[in-house]
Amino acid sequence: MNAAYLIVALPFAGALVLLFAGRRILDPVSGWFATAMAAGSFVCTVIVWSTLLGRPSTSRSVDKTIFTWMPVGSLHVSFGLQLDPLSILWSLFVTGVGSLITLYSIGYMRGDPSFSRFFFYLNAFIFSMLILVLADNFLFSFLGWEGVGFCSYGLVGFWFERNSAAVAAKKAFVTNRVGDFGFMIALFLMFQHFGSFNYSVVLAPLASGHATLANSTATFISIMLVLGAVAKSAQIPLYMWLPDAMEGPTPVSALIHAATMVTAGVYLVARAAPILHFSPDAQWIVASIGAGTCFLAATIACVQDDIKRVLAYSTVSQIGYMFLAEGSGDYQAGIYHTVMHAFFKALLFLSAGSIIHALHDEQNMKRMGNLRKYLPITFPAFMVGFLALAAIPPFDGFWSKDEVLAAAWHKSPVLWAFGIATAFLTAYYMSRQVRLVFWGKSRWNSAAAAHGAAGDTGIPLSPAAAHGSAAHGSAAHGGGEPHEAPRTMTIPLVILTVASAFGWLLNANFAGLDFINKWLAPIFPATVATPFTVSTGTKWILGVIATLVAFGGLFAGMGLWRRAVDRPELEPAFLAHAWYIDEGISATVSGPLARMATRFSFVVDAGWVDGLVNGVGRSAAGAGRQLRRLQTGYVRNYALAIGVGTAAVLLYVSMRAGS
Amino acid sequence: MSVPSAWYLVLAAILFGMGATGLLVRRNVLVMFMCIELMLNAVNLTFVTFARLLNDIGGQVDVLFVLVVAAAEVVVGLAIIVALFRRRAAATADDIHILKG
Repeated sequence: MNAAYLIVALPFAGALVLLFAGRRILDPVSGWFATAMAAGSFVCTVIVWSTLLGRPSTSRSVDKTIFTWMPVGSLHVSFGLQLDPLSILWSLFVTGVGSLITLYSIGYMRGDPSFSRFFFYLNAFIFSMLILVLADNFLFSFLGWEGVGFCSYGLVGFWFERNSAAVAAKKAFVTNRVGDFGFMIALFLMFQHFGSFNYSVVLAPLASGHATLANSTATFISIMLVLGAVAKSAQIPLYMWLPDAMEGPTPVSALIHAATMVTAGVYLVARAAPILHFSPDAQWIVASIGAGTCFLAATIACVQDDIKRVLAYSTVSQIGYMFLAEGSGDYQAGIYHTVMHAFFKALLFLSAGSIIHALHDEQNMKRMGNLRKYLPITFPAFMVGFLALAAIPPFDGFWSKDEVLAAAWHKSPVLWAFGIATAFLTAYYMSRQVRLVFWGKSRWNSAAAAHGAAGDTGIPLSPAAAHGSAAHGSAAHGGGEPHEAPRTMTIPLVILTVASAFGWLLNANFAGLDFINKWLAPIFPATVATPFTVSTGTKWILGVIATLVAFGGLFAGMGLWRRAVDRPELEPAFLAHAWYIDEGISATVSGPLARMATRFSFVVDAGWVDGLVNGVGRSAAGAGRQLRRLQTGYVRNYALAIGVGTAAVLLYVSMRAGS
Repeated sequence: MSVPSAWYLVLAAILFGMGATGLLVRRNVLVMFMCIELMLNAVNLTFVTFARLLNDIGGQVDVLFVLVVAAAEVVVGLAIIVALFRRRAAATADDIHILKG
């Protein structure tokens, strides 16, 4: 079990070495080093996992305290690792997918002037994410939570000399601060109510049914935790940062903004399940947020032109599914979908990165086309990811989405309706994307001339061109046909393709193959998630409907985008502008809010607050100026004062003695 | 026939009054210093008188303490005065007020 320490120690050591010696390590070496650290961490996770697997399912929870961090009064916050099925499952796919993406980055980032900095961030991110999931108390977990936020900031703004990247990084960071605020309030409430942050104190009695929680307390804590989760996982109302985060290098989008970090909210909600159990309202909120987000993001994804933006909105949408499942009380389904999503969304992003790489940083799908002839490895990989995301049987997404939808149906048919509508849209926008990228005429050669022009819909596209010349715009890449990426990039693609095609076997709901359900069962006993069953007949009907809808979306997308590239009637402006939500927020913040802030700063702050503070200072100075006059410097004055004082004291004493 | 104790006390009071008045009205540092000595010794006289009157040796012991303190004070005080006269030949106590902040 001591391998558990190595899980977090290896990426940490990697980050430290790259931070202090990164400049001395040459170009590919630091990448290989970071990959080795991440892969070593994965191996250690597998060792811990197999050790836990060898134990009876009731004793698979181990708390390894490293040292006490804050012994304050009755509060003892420890640096400790909680090894249980939930944290180990998360660690497995974080380190597994993380190592593949680190490997991929060696090829993708080749020639970048800040090569080592990139890998420092990647290792630091994996370390923080592992702290987040492996911590044995909420406060330590919060440390990891902030750590991934910082790494996300650094990686979104990795090419910070580009203004849009710097702005996007700021936006991501600030939006996440709103969520952190919620998380912190939840921590305060927890301390007030339980006097501790440890999972063993806060959650274990609730989970085992030995303690109950007042509905109001549970609701308040849950809502604040969900606010944190919503910001990190890019859900309504704090999802706006994720599409902009696509300014970061594509491996970052795959690792942080698709597979791992954005699922931290899903993890947090699953971890806090014993608290949520006592608040049906909070569960409804989670389910509604999930259903609303998955539908809203899917509609926006239908009209985006940037290949990564489509995938970004799709990520928002899919995480909505996970929240929907968790709110519906089927945590296993949500986590199943999380793992499957990590596989196929990482695959899609890495394939997209391969396409972008092949086209010298072209991200506009309208300037792609016919790439299936040129990218013999990326094309099938992307297709498998596409089929998995579109939930076409028998690929990953079909199975997990089916379970999510069954849970939603059990909660409420309305939630299910949002889910099924999203399933249609998902299949539609993904087939649109595949059509535009891989079929049709090749538009990339004529696009070279128009490179850098504004997008067709008026949405500003990511100015990848600015970076293009810096990263791999060497003379060798000057022109010619798109080419397949180097081996370090294709190997992760192949592995993830296999995972996306067969990963569903980890939790197939037949023939006793539901490994994830069984593995997670000790975490979600009946006292945490009230068990429910959807009858087999209903499941069949729901599954058939979902499949038909997915195929419907697929054919709709494939058919509608067969020939024309510009179809304004299918790309309404309000969707292209993402329902004007960003614009609305900008108008609100820079209009009334800014005016109010101005008033506060110049009237309330400068006038009242500063006036009060300055007044206190001025009165003290004035009193001093007056009192100074007593100190004349003439000895006779002092002597007189002493004499008079003595006389007064004597007079007083004699009068007291007389009475 | 011995001198009544009251006379000693009156003499001490007169001496103390002279010292206090001199301290307040004179500007010469040396004279002020002597005035302080005068006051101290007036107090000493009172102590001794009461020691005799009340037949208590404590009063005489106190006188010894006062003498020791007075001697120490003379050392410090005269050092200051000498330093002062080195700077300004005709220095008075009021001139030191330029030292105030």
